[in-house]
Amino acid sequence: MSAGGAGLGARLRARDLSAAPAALNLLESTAPSHREQAAALLREVSPASLGHEPSGHVIGVTGPPGVGKSTLLSVLLHSWREQQRSVAMLAVDPSSRHSGGSLLGDRARIEFDPADREVFIRSTAAGDRLGGLSSATRSAAQALAVAFDVVVIETVGVGQAETEIAEVADTVAVVVQPGSGDVLQFLKSGIMEIPDVLVVTKADLGQVAVSALRDVNASLRSLGKRSTWTVAVSSLPPPTGIDELMQGFDQHWLELTRDGQRELIRRRLRARRAAALTDFTVEHGQRGLRALGDRRGAEALLAGQDPGLDVPALVATLERSLAAAER
Amino acid sequence: MSGEHPVRLPERDRPWMMRTYAGHSTAKASNELYRRNLEKGQTGLSVAFDLPTQTGYDPDDELARGEVGKVGVPVSHRGDMAALMDGIPLGEMNTSMTINATAAWLLALYIVAAEEQGVPADKLQGTTQNDIIKEFLARGTYAFPPAPSMRLIADMIAYTVEHVPKWNPINICSYHLQEAGATPVQEIAYAMSNAIAVLDAARERVGGGGGGRDPKIMEQVFGRISFFVNAGVRFIEEHAKLRAMSILWEELGRERYGVEDPRHLRFRYGVQVNSLGLTEAQPENNVQRIVLEALAVTLGRGARARAIQLPAWNEALGLPRPWDQQWSLRIQQVLAYETDILEYPDIFEGSKVMDALVAELLEGARAEMAVVAEHGGAVEAVPYMKAALVDSHRERIRRIEAGEQVVVGQNRFTETEVSPLTADAEGGILVVDPALEAQQVENLRRWRSERDQTAVDDALARLADAAGDADAEENLMVATIAAARAGATTGEWSRTLREVFGSYRAPTGVGEAAASLSTGELGELRDEVARLQERLGRRPKILVGKPGLDGHSNGAEQIAVRARDAGMDVVYEGIRLTPAQIAASALQEGVHVIGLSILSGSHRELIPAVIEALREAGVNAPVVVGGIIPEQDVAPLREAGVAAVYTPKDFDITRIMRDIVAIVGEDAERATATAAGASANGAA
Repeated sequence: MSAGGAGLGARLRARDLSAAPAALNLLESTAPSHREQAAALLREVSPASLGHEPSGHVIGVTGPPGVGKSTLLSVLLHSWREQQRSVAMLAVDPSSRHSGGSLLGDRARIEFDPADREVFIRSTAAGDRLGGLSSATRSAAQALAVAFDVVVIETVGVGQAETEIAEVADTVAVVVQPGSGDVLQFLKSGIMEIPDVLVVTKADLGQVAVSALRDVNASLRSLGKRSTWTVAVSSLPPPTGIDELMQGFDQHWLELTRDGQRELIRRRLRARRAAALTDFTVEHGQRGLRALGDRRGAEALLAGQDPGLDVPALVATLERSLAAAER
Repeated sequence: MSGEHPVRLPERDRPWMMRTYAGHSTAKASNELYRRNLEKGQTGLSVAFDLPTQTGYDPDDELARGEVGKVGVPVSHRGDMAALMDGIPLGEMNTSMTINATAAWLLALYIVAAEEQGVPADKLQGTTQNDIIKEFLARGTYAFPPAPSMRLIADMIAYTVEHVPKWNPINICSYHLQEAGATPVQEIAYAMSNAIAVLDAARERVGGGGGGRDPKIMEQVFGRISFFVNAGVRFIEEHAKLRAMSILWEELGRERYGVEDPRHLRFRYGVQVNSLGLTEAQPENNVQRIVLEALAVTLGRGARARAIQLPAWNEALGLPRPWDQQWSLRIQQVLAYETDILEYPDIFEGSKVMDALVAELLEGARAEMAVVAEHGGAVEAVPYMKAALVDSHRERIRRIEAGEQVVVGQNRFTETEVSPLTADAEGGILVVDPALEAQQVENLRRWRSERDQTAVDDALARLADAAGDADAEENLMVATIAAARAGATTGEWSRTLREVFGSYRAPTGVGEAAASLSTGELGELRDEVARLQERLGRRPKILVGKPGLDGHSNGAEQIAVRARDAGMDVVYEGIRLTPAQIAASALQEGVHVIGLSILSGSHRELIPAVIEALREAGVNAPVVVGGIIPEQDVAPLREAGVAAVYTPKDFDITRIMRDIVAIVGEDAERATATAAGASANGAA
């Protein structure tokens, strides 16, 4: 049993969930030797190696602070486990990086059974880029989707957050609480991209939640968007709306995977290419991008690659072209 | 003039009620202790319950491990309560119980124990602490979410006003807020805001103030609310604080609740003086601190305490022994019987300085109360208040570290002779026999096997129904007392309600805390962390948490905030963790070091259990421990695999951080060497 990148990738492929912690340690590391190992890991779990897309459903859950995301996730986790589905959660904490350090408090709010080997929860600080998901979180989601049935990425925010998360999740759920008019404003003004699932929490408040849900639906209709699944939930015992929400996730997954997974493949391919472009730009800056003929040139280059390639492989391709251009 | 303002009272005042916060090991041992204390001239009882009883777990629960009988007495059923009060006439005693989440249950057991003595409930006198908001904020022994917790409190108030009329159903606590770092202004404002939340909930329950059953009932409810306050060593300001609270309380009664009877408007409080400022270094100095703090609550007749219990000189070292507590009782008796403190009218009346100080505190408190009100009241403002307290405590520690706040014997005048007080084998503290836990578990099992199980099942089913009723028609005290009579246990009562109400984790307040020190002060530490990060490939990641049931999270919170400021990723896990939870988190999070904090004295059992769980999970990261750890326990903990132990004398957190960084660095080096060795072997 190798602890090297390829070995960990092979264990994830064999759905050995106990490989997850070491895999994440590797993917988060910036040490050069670890980067190589991480690339080997991702190669092992890439669609090119697997022959298909990883089968786990990657769900992004985002929303403003204090709307009850963690409580909701505790209840969802419990329901998924009741269905015997293994779950990985990546809790991305927005806490400020003013000192470089971060306080990751989300884990404490998610209830789980420590003896349950089919649950994996990892907290990470938001990327050093403003508000963005770190490269490590994106690759972690892709790698974990090989081994776990459900991979949840939890982020905090409204506006940019769901755009970021749409780059990596198959399904994006935005969570709001009754009376959050700002979210509706964001939706209408187009600051916020329209999610696949919209959840109104605190349904136990009764009428307030019902009218909040009605407002949400009205806004979505006025935007001509009918496919968004909207649901009101209460995480307080006895929880309500959870089955409906799970149904919403499953429904969206069905939509993604019909016609030979056409939409899923399209989304994930787009996500990998976008991620490669982001990683390349972080590393080589606008100057590097210009050398490849700007964004469009780079995108054209990526479009010509094997659709099953993992992100590091795509970045390597861009870097080879950069080296050639600079020669 | 002197005729209008007599210098002396016509008759010397009666002393306040004198108590000692006591209880440990078993109901029987605690009963013996109480009787001895009463013989020494103590005039009331103050029951300390152990953490499982306070948080609603039976001694055989996984979470109770190591905590049974440690910081108080375990009371699992009416048999334990009867043994605890054996031979103490409950019709005459005034008993204060430090019990909150499970207050309704313990009051029910007390009522049933009195019944068995032939004493009716309307003769009972005493207090249940029953203040849940401060548990969310500072003390951590909550069990249920905020809304049902408030319902339990309101039910108790409604029940006692009618059936146990001499009982104080709730003690609004500012004590623990100061222990968590509150400034005097915060202490006043948050306690008063808390009282408003409780009174509003009670008003709804008793239906007072208009359409209700009895328009005068709010008078009585208001008159039964008492406070439990703190007093620090800045005793002039502390006294002013209590005068300010009296003024606000009367104002609140008149204006918000329409109370007119001056007896009901009186601000009544009990006190335990400050423990936060007691030091491990040169612990004998704590005696004079305690004396001065006692002056804060006795000196001025206008705002004098009704009941006092004083901490012992050795609280920062471990659990106090009966002799240590006797010393504190004697302090009270000297004050009351030897000095002339009780002979005069209010000695601060007419003092311009005192009046100005009071006015200053009132102004600050009113402004802060307005902020809490803007958040929607005390229940809704818990996250705000918690973050504010963490921030105040952070500032307090910064001042002590910087030497701006002098703590004699700790950050100044540190040269000392060897203290004979701590020279005995136990280091001058009480050590609870760990074998008692097994005995308590055994007794509990016997109790369960000998009772009428059907009666218990029925009573608990009734309780669940009453709790689950959406309209909350029935007062929960009724079903609770029935369950107590039937022989249900503390864990069963709580579990029944947890299943209906759900469980809850209070906000940690650490996420919002401002930077602990300036960049300059942190400079070197940050460089060390950056070098460590270079070597690890990842940002150093630390897990901070509290195993067991102890909810005193100050220390853990401050470590977490400082680690963040030093540049680490901090997984803050909060309180009440099992060894299995800590191991699972450490593994999944890929942390480089684990920091555990325990103040309840259960470290000898819990820390080795955590280390065992970690190693079993394959986590080899070093473990450091902080808390009230007696000197003689350090070596056994080191032997169990703990890399470092920090106690209250290690007040310099930056130094602790640098130590932790070094420990992680050494661990990384060792791991590299092992890996290199392994691959060299492999090559050979």
